[in-house]
Amino acid sequence: MVSLTIAGFLTLGIMSFVYKDNPVYKLCESIFIGVSAGYYFVSIFYQSLLPQLTDKIGITGELSDSALAYYRETGSLASPQWFNLIAAVLGVMMLLRLVPKIGWIARWPLAFVIGSTAGLRLIGELQTNIMAQIQKSILPLWDPQYIDGSLNMAASVGHSLTNIVMVAGILTGVVYFFFSKEHKGVFGGTAKVGIWFLMVTFGAAFGLTVMSRMSLLIGRLDFLLRDWLHLLG
Amino acid sequence: MRKLFLAALLSTFFLISFSFVSAQTPPAPVTNLTAKDTPSDKGAQVDLSWTASPDEQRAENPVIGYQLLVALSSDSPFVAVGKADAGASGATAKDGLKNDQSYYFKVRAYAADSSFSESEVAGPATPTGQWWNTQPNYIWIFVGMVMLVGFILYNIRKAGKEELYIRPIAGINAIDEGIGRATEMGKPILYICGLGDAAQAATIAAFSVLGRVAQKVAQYQSRLIVPCYDPIVFSICQDVVKGAYLNAGRPEAYNEKDVFFVTQDQFPYMAAVNGIMLREKPATNFYIGQFYAESLMLAETGFQAGSIQIAGTDQLIQMSFFIVACDFTLIGEEMYAASAYLSKEPEQIGSIKGQDWGKVVFASLSLLGVVSALLEHKIGFFEMLKKVLLAE
Repeated sequence: MVSLTIAGFLTLGIMSFVYKDNPVYKLCESIFIGVSAGYYFVSIFYQSLLPQLTDKIGITGELSDSALAYYRETGSLASPQWFNLIAAVLGVMMLLRLVPKIGWIARWPLAFVIGSTAGLRLIGELQTNIMAQIQKSILPLWDPQYIDGSLNMAASVGHSLTNIVMVAGILTGVVYFFFSKEHKGVFGGTAKVGIWFLMVTFGAAFGLTVMSRMSLLIGRLDFLLRDWLHLLG
Repeated sequence: MRKLFLAALLSTFFLISFSFVSAQTPPAPVTNLTAKDTPSDKGAQVDLSWTASPDEQRAENPVIGYQLLVALSSDSPFVAVGKADAGASGATAKDGLKNDQSYYFKVRAYAADSSFSESEVAGPATPTGQWWNTQPNYIWIFVGMVMLVGFILYNIRKAGKEELYIRPIAGINAIDEGIGRATEMGKPILYICGLGDAAQAATIAAFSVLGRVAQKVAQYQSRLIVPCYDPIVFSICQDVVKGAYLNAGRPEAYNEKDVFFVTQDQFPYMAAVNGIMLREKPATNFYIGQFYAESLMLAETGFQAGSIQIAGTDQLIQMSFFIVACDFTLIGEEMYAASAYLSKEPEQIGSIKGQDWGKVVFASLSLLGVVSALLEHKIGFFEMLKKVLLAE
């Protein structure tokens, strides 16, 4: 009951921002930020740093079920993953930022993190965004639909129109994002069609997301009125 | 006597029921089990395939799943290394396996009443890692990557020798206007790099734009506030802003307390930034980078605080919120182009040019595919024409 009451007051405190900035909001904001920063520190320490560092190189003995089964079977542990020590060294290098004279060393791990992650993501981006998108955009502009072996005109026209809109949207959208040529003449007109397609998409996305936000608000009001104040049955 | 008769009747009933339950036969095992090293992987995985138990389909006590078992030799005890749902005809065993170690496998088919049967032993199979992923899809990805990188490198080289054209983008001019407005009003500028990590393209673009904004702010002797969400992004932002003040010839004006880490939790971060907006009343807000659910709440608060707002992100849904609530927006790739346009660095300009070439190739491939798909249905198309023209 005490925790529910605290949660209820904090919710109202944060919601008071809708009226204007006020001391109650400032208090709730500070609690919110402080608790989350502290929670994340502890969470990262125990769920990321320790398992990735000490457990993987065999300093502590928390084993997964399969590793335990392997140990029972063979009498030996899986090999320590010494590569994880490199990450530890990079982490220590990051902390050298706090020493002004050798603070420049902190740029090396940053360069490593950005370069390696960007390189690794390149393949994923090509796979999911480029190749998959090309595959999905290869659609027949005339897409006959057969029902019981005979051509169904209405369904065929409907499917074909959908495909035409898809292909036109993709190609004109690509033209809009072409930066090497000024948007003039036919090229400019095509780009304008592209931006219209984008705006319609954004409008649809906006409407969809607003509805999901409404459900979040309803969830919070439900907490206040049902769980906390018991005003709803 | 009646009680005795009733007790006998009940006992008989339970005995019959029990014997009926215990008579449930265990399911038939899977057959044709094979175990092979998973191709084109990093190793420590073995692909198992089998013919499913015919008892998946039986009405009573059907097979509800499979358990993958592994052992170091065919006659030693087997331990579980994974599961597969009923209907599966294969699975990958990867839990706890090591490279260059031979393993034997069995698959246990288990029924709803926990009875089970085990397959014949398959193996040995030895997991190994491969340097190259030779699946056809990945070969095409590799070709595409080499081509794209080639385009980019060629154009970077070209951009180093001559000035390459990039079309003007509406939101870019607004950046200088926003900084000028803040200087005139004597109010700070708020710059948000989003919630992405430092390796995301949108965040990297945010660093470039931040460098440009910070340099202008230093020249105009205004104030720049950069609250950060990610600790690594925070470190880089500090370096970027410090470097920009140095380039502008005003290193002493850099205040490291204006670039700070808030928290790595979405909504507390948003609450903090909203508070800054209402208390500091920045003249201009920049939202450049990766944004999620907090985008509308940030932009709406900035709007209420009377700030000019310039946003850029590659997140489709959040872009729609920025378009609604901000004065200028950089849509998706426009943000990367803006970063190149502002920096004028050959690497960035050449990269944008190279990507433009890539777009031409990929759009051509799409068009080619559309034409070939149309030709594939040409008979249907002519059929429709005939129907329409001859009114059949």
